[in-house]
Amino acid sequence: MDIFKDTLPWYVAGPLIGLMVPLLLLLGNRQFGVSASFQDLCAWCVRQKDGYFRWDPSNNGWRLWLVLGMICGALILSYTVPATPVDISEATRSDLRGLGISQQSGLYPQELFGGAGGFSILQILVCLLSGLLVGFGTRYAGGCTSGHSIMGLAQFSLASLVATIAFFAGGLLMTHLIFPSLLPALLHG
Amino acid sequence: MASQKWYSSAIFILPGMLFGAILLRSEVLSWFRIQEMFRFQSFHMYGIMGSAVAVAALSLWTIRKLGLKSATGESIVVHPSPLKWKANVIGGLIFGLGWALIGACPGPIFVLMGYLQWPYLIVFVGATIGVVLYGWLKDRLPH
Repeated sequence: MDIFKDTLPWYVAGPLIGLMVPLLLLLGNRQFGVSASFQDLCAWCVRQKDGYFRWDPSNNGWRLWLVLGMICGALILSYTVPATPVDISEATRSDLRGLGISQQSGLYPQELFGGAGGFSILQILVCLLSGLLVGFGTRYAGGCTSGHSIMGLAQFSLASLVATIAFFAGGLLMTHLIFPSLLPALLHG
Repeated sequence: MASQKWYSSAIFILPGMLFGAILLRSEVLSWFRIQEMFRFQSFHMYGIMGSAVAVAALSLWTIRKLGLKSATGESIVVHPSPLKWKANVIGGLIFGLGWALIGACPGPIFVLMGYLQWPYLIVFVGATIGVVLYGWLKDRLPH
């Protein structure tokens, strides 16, 4: 396996992601979770003394370093490792073709969400709206795929199980009911 | 406790880089992989989530069993989040809708930005607005 060319298989990527949990605990007694970083970022900007956006460097600071590392790591890889086509199943490709999504290179379909070639107003609105749902929803639910579905499930937390089921229900609803009806507007709007 | 210096937790930049690289090289941050997962057409995402949870749970058990301390000298105690039925369900559904539409959860948003995938810069702005909105409305929402 060439780690710079081939997709990391699930049995390598999954355990490595799981090891993030003890790594963060052993480094500084921190619980794995990413979505709170948006809250930390707001807290860092407004520097409130108390309330939801209270800035406390000994509690909020580490997560900002974590996401800075994620951004920098990806930035380095964007210049050093050539992008390879996503290795998804033929069934998914054919389903997406059936929906009218012909461009299937890259990490996401540029014809839907825009990119280096520019953005339509609709594409900007769709990106803003999805971001809003992700930001609002994860903070309301108290965590995201990392905090609830990995860290929380590993602690056998009922809250995290409920949240993970809800994440999935929302995702299925979008993929199978809402997204297909949004598509004509996205493709031709 | 950690000191209050702005760089006192800068070490976390390293696990961040590692995590970003894994998300990228395993393609879990790709919109196409999320579509494939919600269409049940590959084991890839389920295998990753399942094995990540198993390794994390086993690690937590080991840390507890051996009574390991963190590098900062603290005893390691994890706090599971308390069950809030309404918040977990409603918030979870809202997040799920956004996740499947744009194909990225919070971790991937940061990594995709770093990988210069421009739409995710706008998604990031939207997510930050969403968090501000939640902070503003939270006392009026059912939890």
